[in-house]
Amino acid sequence: MMKHLAVLAALLAPLPALADPDPANWDTVKAEAEGQTVYWNAWGGSTTTNDFIAWVGDRVAEDYGVTLEHVKLTDTADAVTRVLSEKQAGENDDGAIDMIWINGANFAAMKEADLLFGPYAEALPNWAFVDAEGKTVQTDFTVPTEGYESPWAMAQVVFVHDTADMPDRLGSMQALLEWAQANPGRFSYPQPPDFLGTTFLKQVLVDILPDPSVLELAATDETYDAVTEPLWAYLDALTPNLWREGKAYPATGTAMFPLIADGEIDLSISFSPGAASTAIANSELPPTVRTFVLDKGTIGNASFVAIPYNSGSKAGAMIVANFLMSPEAQARAQDPEILGYGTVLNMDALSDADRAVFEGLDLGVATLSPAELGTVQAEPHPSWMTRIADDWMTRYGVAQ
Amino acid sequence: MDKGLALRDVTISKDGTPLLSVDHDIKPGEVLTVMGPSGVGKSTLLAFITGTLAPDFNASGSVWLDGQDITNAAPHKRRVGILFQDDLLFPHLSVGANLAFGLQSGGSAAARLAKTDEALEEVGLAGFAHRDPATLSGGQKARVALMRMLLSEPCALLLDEPFSRLDAALRAQVRDMVFDRARARSLPVLMVTHDPDDARAAGGAIMTLGEN
Amino acid sequence: MLGPVVAGLWGTFLPAFGHLPAAGITGPSLDPFRDLFDWAGLPRAMMLSVMTGLIATGVSLLIVMLVTAGWSGTRPFRLLERLLSPLLSVPHAAAAFGLAFLIAPSGWLSRLVSPGLTGWDRPPDLLIVQDSWGLTMTAGLIIKEVPFLLLITLAALGQTDAQRSVAISQALGYGRLTGWLKTVFPRVYAQIRPPIYVVLAYSMSVVDVAVILGPNTPPSLSVQIVKWMSDPDLAMRLEGAAGALLQLLLVIGALALWRLGEIVAGIIGRRWIMAGRRGRFDAVTAQVALGLGTACALAVLLGVVVLTIWSFAGYWGFPDALPDQLTWRNWMRHGPGTLEALGETALIASVVALAALILTIGCLEAEYRYGLHISQRGIWLLYLPLLIPQTAFLPGLQTLMLGVGADVGRGPVMLAHLVFVLPYVFLSLADPFRAWDTRMGTIATALRASPNGVLWRVRLPMLLRPVLTALAVGLAVSVGQYLPTLLIGGGRVATLTTEAVALASGGDRRAIGVYGLMQTGAALVPFAMALLVPAMVWRNRKGLRHG
Repeated sequence: MMKHLAVLAALLAPLPALADPDPANWDTVKAEAEGQTVYWNAWGGSTTTNDFIAWVGDRVAEDYGVTLEHVKLTDTADAVTRVLSEKQAGENDDGAIDMIWINGANFAAMKEADLLFGPYAEALPNWAFVDAEGKTVQTDFTVPTEGYESPWAMAQVVFVHDTADMPDRLGSMQALLEWAQANPGRFSYPQPPDFLGTTFLKQVLVDILPDPSVLELAATDETYDAVTEPLWAYLDALTPNLWREGKAYPATGTAMFPLIADGEIDLSISFSPGAASTAIANSELPPTVRTFVLDKGTIGNASFVAIPYNSGSKAGAMIVANFLMSPEAQARAQDPEILGYGTVLNMDALSDADRAVFEGLDLGVATLSPAELGTVQAEPHPSWMTRIADDWMTRYGVAQ
Repeated sequence: MDKGLALRDVTISKDGTPLLSVDHDIKPGEVLTVMGPSGVGKSTLLAFITGTLAPDFNASGSVWLDGQDITNAAPHKRRVGILFQDDLLFPHLSVGANLAFGLQSGGSAAARLAKTDEALEEVGLAGFAHRDPATLSGGQKARVALMRMLLSEPCALLLDEPFSRLDAALRAQVRDMVFDRARARSLPVLMVTHDPDDARAAGGAIMTLGEN
Repeated sequence: MLGPVVAGLWGTFLPAFGHLPAAGITGPSLDPFRDLFDWAGLPRAMMLSVMTGLIATGVSLLIVMLVTAGWSGTRPFRLLERLLSPLLSVPHAAAAFGLAFLIAPSGWLSRLVSPGLTGWDRPPDLLIVQDSWGLTMTAGLIIKEVPFLLLITLAALGQTDAQRSVAISQALGYGRLTGWLKTVFPRVYAQIRPPIYVVLAYSMSVVDVAVILGPNTPPSLSVQIVKWMSDPDLAMRLEGAAGALLQLLLVIGALALWRLGEIVAGIIGRRWIMAGRRGRFDAVTAQVALGLGTACALAVLLGVVVLTIWSFAGYWGFPDALPDQLTWRNWMRHGPGTLEALGETALIASVVALAALILTIGCLEAEYRYGLHISQRGIWLLYLPLLIPQTAFLPGLQTLMLGVGADVGRGPVMLAHLVFVLPYVFLSLADPFRAWDTRMGTIATALRASPNGVLWRVRLPMLLRPVLTALAVGLAVSVGQYLPTLLIGGGRVATLTTEAVALASGGDRRAIGVYGLMQTGAALVPFAMALLVPAMVWRNRKGLRHG
């Protein structure tokens, strides 16, 4: 009798704890994943990205029998809200979302609210190829990932210049200021709080501070003023020499491409090392455009995927996450004809054949090679960005 | 006594000021001519009879047609035909379709066509069925308007300055045609006009408004 | 239709005083206003709102009145009229983009004369588009309001005995323009006053044109309100709501100021009339006015042309007058996206315009059958949703819907569109509907047609052209709606207009060209149909050709 009750209790008990697959036991994961359907919630605003995701779906269906469905989001926060409301509604076993393209604040929020499955990322077989030393794949805006999300693409600040008017690269933010003073009206950056605009401010700070490690900690009232003081001095000197004397700013990063194309500015900034090449191919930039990074390197961050705690297809999702880190998928994503995203892999960890595929890629005239991209600097703690953006708006956003 | 159009103690007023009072019987085939300068409310009398009196007028009394009180009947069920000084042919319909609009519903398409063709022939407009009414002359339009009204088989006929837009030569001709047809069908006719010639040609009783 | 407006104002009022249960904040408190007044950009944002409104309205009115005074009834006037009427349906956003592509330092005009006349081989570093004073934004409003006010004026002229008044004053030795201003203008102005107030309120609170042409350091108040309202942080909505109330007060203040201006102008005008001057500068003034009117028409027209060129442009460097090559590539890239947005736009616009048309016909027919009359006060009521700035009640409506948990989406967006579409459809159809010869109805009734028979078989067929025109007006107004779609749709209802305005920040002129052109087409095609369909259906009916 007692025995029967125990069996019954086991049957009625919530299953996830028992059923969660262990990525260390990869063969079990593969066996469990076969036949599963993975709903990947990812931003759907770009045709090229959508095509890439469809290709991933074809490949995982072929090799692992996993069906991938792309749920096209306009805002990743929607997926976060959805998982949260599922948790409140008690849907703990088979939520609507199996995987999310995520980074930054959304990841921090989900991790803090215990909405993620893991740690799994560093147990995936392809983690062995990932460049955990040289690339910021273990922190996401200074929040440690701790294996709760796995990286699949790198973004890094590059400066875009038209060599027809500005032949030489600049090595530092100080050099940029001096160049701008000598060539007034030829540089601009997107108006904060635009993402790329605040990234430019962070890049200035990271480059001009003698020791940027202070930015890894949250900003406090004590540290903030002293740390940011050189930034405001820099901007006070730069602003009168900006395009339109800083009375108007481009709204976004892409809005600066036409300005370069028209010869209004010679220099701008981008968060995607391959974007300039793609823009040249689309006639949005003149063919004389090239990119460069600073001597000390530039800020970069990774795009990740995470698996909600209540996914019903965790094994399938891990198959997809692992496939995204495979040399095959990474080489395809880096191809500027396909996506032009930076790879998260360490070239030295690859087999000769795989490395040859990456080396054989024509990255486009204006795209730097992984080696040329140099050191990736970590994003400062998010608290800096918020305060700097607010202060920027008061100081320069309401200029006369 | 039963047949014909009877106006019993009809008084129309606006803002408390009486405009006109009529108490009169029109026998089948007879014409009552109401005369008076413009603005005394001749047309409001017709509007009262057709049931289209504007709400800022007040009316009392009753209208009887062939022994039935139609004072409160729905306008489209009164069987009172009316002609205005303008032909008011529907501009979006052909001449034939204008006539068919008047024709009582029912009957085969062929039978209806035959009736409208016959009506056109009666007024010398055979073959005009497909014409655009806007391309007709004034006299032709007046004739189509008359036949359209008659095809609806009214039990009484109201005429609102019906001939004043026609030139002198046409006028007599159309006037005779209207009165002949009305007499032939034994219709009681109420005509408002300010033209003494019309009144004389009608040959019936004459009532002059605006003198008391 | 006042329901949503009142509800929206209430939904703005509560959070403005710190009460927003959806975000877990309960009031009342004055903190939102404190935050608002702490914002360093506020004085300038307010000034931008008031100045653009007053200048855009004043200048458009001046141009339209002087052109009409100097030229009505002449051949150049008819030409201008014909040029301007289709431009009325060009959506504000498309016209604004076109203007930006024309007059920017790297715009088409500069390209056409460079380097030949100017010697520029790079665009000069001039702050034209997005200038701090909002002058370009004001110009963008003027080029769209001039066609609107001109058509309104033409409708009003039909009800004044303008031609004879001018003839008499000319016989008394007055110049044509002075004579018109002294005799016709007072009557015309009395009739077009409501639409002028609408233009003033609209210009003060416009968002899409301001996003495209207006400054950003800081932006105008209405743009900043929308930014606050779209912030992921719900608490920012409180500041947005406070800003929306301030916007409402500004509009009310500006309307009062305008009213005061009317009185002063009336006093001066009467003195001017009494003084009996015959008008010495009539000829010059008329020429200048005609030039300005033509410039407005050309700005919109050339704007559409330059949008077209960009939509087909390959690489197009400065100062080339034309692109290196023309290509279908941009259309291939953005075509699928525009088609999706076009589907959404068309669905919303057709449902809304049809609903507005049915309501309007229902109203007008009831007015006819039961002899009801809409008083002057009723007309103002009809205009009210157009007089209350959109930024004042739409955010509130959105917040209210958020509060009751209503899902944002297509249905609520349609309802919000209806608030703005209905008045325009009503105003467009009312005059022709009432002008219909009711004796036609009496005749049809005497021919034993029932009231519904009269409506369907006589009245509506005869009014086919005005009915279709009203429908086209409704479609065009719905197509052009930006803020209701954005706010009530929660960003999830993507129409051609929201997509096009969203592209403004990306600065991709090829994509903007494609979307702007599609948007213009979506608004223009119904107008073309409203002209063509009756002409085809009634091609053998001379009596309806000038309906």
